Amino acid sequence: MKNALLTLTAAAVLSLAAGAAQAATKICFVYVGSKTDGGWTQAHDIGRQELQNHFGDKIETPYLENVAEGPDAERAIERFARSGCELVFTTSFGFMDPTLKVAKKFPKVKFEHATGYKTAENVTSYNSRFYQGRYIQGQIAGKMSEAGVAGYIASFPIPEVVQGINAFLLGAQSVNPDFEIKVVWVNSWFDAGKEADAAKALIDQGVDILTQHTDSTAPIQVAAERGIKAFGQASDMIDAGPETQLTAIVDTWGAYYIKRTEALMDGTWKTQSTWDGLADGILQMAPYTNMPDDVKQMAMETEAKVAKGELHPFTGPITKQDGTEWLKANEVADDGTLLGMNFYVAGVDDQLPQ
Amino acid sequence: MRIELERRPAHSALFSALSPFIALGLTVIAGAIIFTIMGKNPVAALYSFFIEPLTEVWSLHELAIKAAPLILIAVGLSVCFRSNNWNIGAEGQFVIGAISGSIIPIVFYEWHSVLVLPLMIVMGMAGGALYAAIPALLKTRFNTNEILSSLMLVYVAQLFLDWLVRGPWRNPEGFNFPETRDFNASAILPEILPASGRANFGFVFAIIATLLTWFMMRHMLKGFEVSVLGQSARAGRFAGFSANRMVFFAFLFSGALAGLAGISEVSGAINELQPVISPGYGFTAIIVAFLGRLNPLGIFAAGLILALTYLGGEAAQISIGLPDKIARVFQGMLLFFVLACDTLIHYRVRIKSAVHANAAGEGA
Repeated sequence: MKNALLTLTAAAVLSLAAGAAQAATKICFVYVGSKTDGGWTQAHDIGRQELQNHFGDKIETPYLENVAEGPDAERAIERFARSGCELVFTTSFGFMDPTLKVAKKFPKVKFEHATGYKTAENVTSYNSRFYQGRYIQGQIAGKMSEAGVAGYIASFPIPEVVQGINAFLLGAQSVNPDFEIKVVWVNSWFDAGKEADAAKALIDQGVDILTQHTDSTAPIQVAAERGIKAFGQASDMIDAGPETQLTAIVDTWGAYYIKRTEALMDGTWKTQSTWDGLADGILQMAPYTNMPDDVKQMAMETEAKVAKGELHPFTGPITKQDGTEWLKANEVADDGTLLGMNFYVAGVDDQLPQ
Repeated sequence: MRIELERRPAHSALFSALSPFIALGLTVIAGAIIFTIMGKNPVAALYSFFIEPLTEVWSLHELAIKAAPLILIAVGLSVCFRSNNWNIGAEGQFVIGAISGSIIPIVFYEWHSVLVLPLMIVMGMAGGALYAAIPALLKTRFNTNEILSSLMLVYVAQLFLDWLVRGPWRNPEGFNFPETRDFNASAILPEILPASGRANFGFVFAIIATLLTWFMMRHMLKGFEVSVLGQSARAGRFAGFSANRMVFFAFLFSGALAGLAGISEVSGAINELQPVISPGYGFTAIIVAFLGRLNPLGIFAAGLILALTYLGGEAAQISIGLPDKIARVFQGMLLFFVLACDTLIHYRVRIKSAVHANAAGEGA
């Protein structure tokens, strides 16, 4: 028995050693969800696959999925750092502090953390200006909604999500000044059951268009059942509602992953805070469907203007929900305020959880 | 021919000892079959599951980190379960322990002193115990089902934590993100051997709690009282033990240990409060408690084994690309086989031929 065990162990060690002999650069990914979640994590995994296809045999892209935020994340990241990864992408806000802790211990390994705000010598933060897409969605909603009220299924009241709600409303108000939104917080990034319940509750309250900042396709499915329109999130969700999805914000991380891997290989990788948008191809709009041509036309024009920088969604005059003035006419919000946004603009029918 | 389970007159001592090993063997065989069907090399898969995490020192530290809260909570629960009290809310007591222990480093964050850490630990244990006292009070006063009340209080605790880190305790320098301040150096539970890895004193607490609880259950009157009242409340009354006092003792004891696990985890591994601080330790610990047969020493081993399967699942994902789901299935199989093999302790398998109903030998 003892001999058999030794033999097995030896065989395993040898087979592993053989696998490690290739000299491919290891680019590693830590996911908070399942790579087939249909939303956030899937978008990152598609980016990883693009990266793999771009470089072929020159790189390996191992990943860990369903990594819980907290001590588990630190272990997962450390495991990658120890297993020879040269660049590690950690793709959830909650991985920020674990990433920094591990990065301190492994100064030679490079780390990139999505959607956070802390950086270090070997830690870059990267994010996408999702709010640009939300503004376009809002405009479409403003045109398409008969009730003038949209339902917004939100995850957690962090600045990124609040930004999205405000941008959506500002877009809608740009075509219908009386537009309102109702918000339901589900306190989860991915919980199909809760998201579906929230969708039903919102529809029962009279909203006739739905959008979401959560990752499952459940809200679109509910919208399809109830015959209203909705927007997809993070990935193109058209399969979940061919007659329902108007467009979706599609996170296209692949281009960014390729750019950063190239920088790593050239030796030009430096720490930075990236906040790219429509112009940089890190975020794209899914095809505009299920809407009249004039609305489609308007959406495409807005998309082009935002991408060129001619239109900033957060341009004054904008009033806060409490009635105080935030931005004067033609004043544009600075990134610092957006990154820490914790207030609603006027017209949101909800109290921000404090 | 048919196969029958026949109750043994007494527990089989042989199978009490053997059943975990039979279960492990069956898991390995079933696992190998699944890995082969998946097109993975079963030897490599089993190696990365069970052996790779044990081959490196840092990984042993990680094992200790993962096992410590499971063991601490499960040891507390074992006393509770043995006394026939069903505390399903350890997850909530873990969270409340973490919160009450964090009052000093978050509200009085400028206070540096050697007193900080001991106070945090005492407050963490007190918080967990007091929170566990609620279902105990409801049970003794109103005869409420403690399974339901303790479970429901988990959600209350989790949402309370969520509210705290987004509201009053949010880090004022944190860009409105839902986190508290980082703990200062005097509020961080030290690492045992900082040179080789990040395992903290939480694991030492787990060892101490295991030994003390084992001693109590084995050699102290209180342990006897727990067993007697657990097996027969009536017999306990004749012996002069109070069932109501036992309800409180069981809940306070398990709550205090869950609270200790909570504050150790936050102070040792996370160093701040976040909206979610536990990946379900309080529930997993219930499995650990039963896997360890409600015996503190068994629980210690079970906690380590369960922690190993978590680490092994990760290692297998990286080294051979085994999907995360398969790692969970593998964990599930282990638990299934352990519980299934436990049948052999209480029952014997008899194969009876159809003609001679009483004949045939024993096969197990």
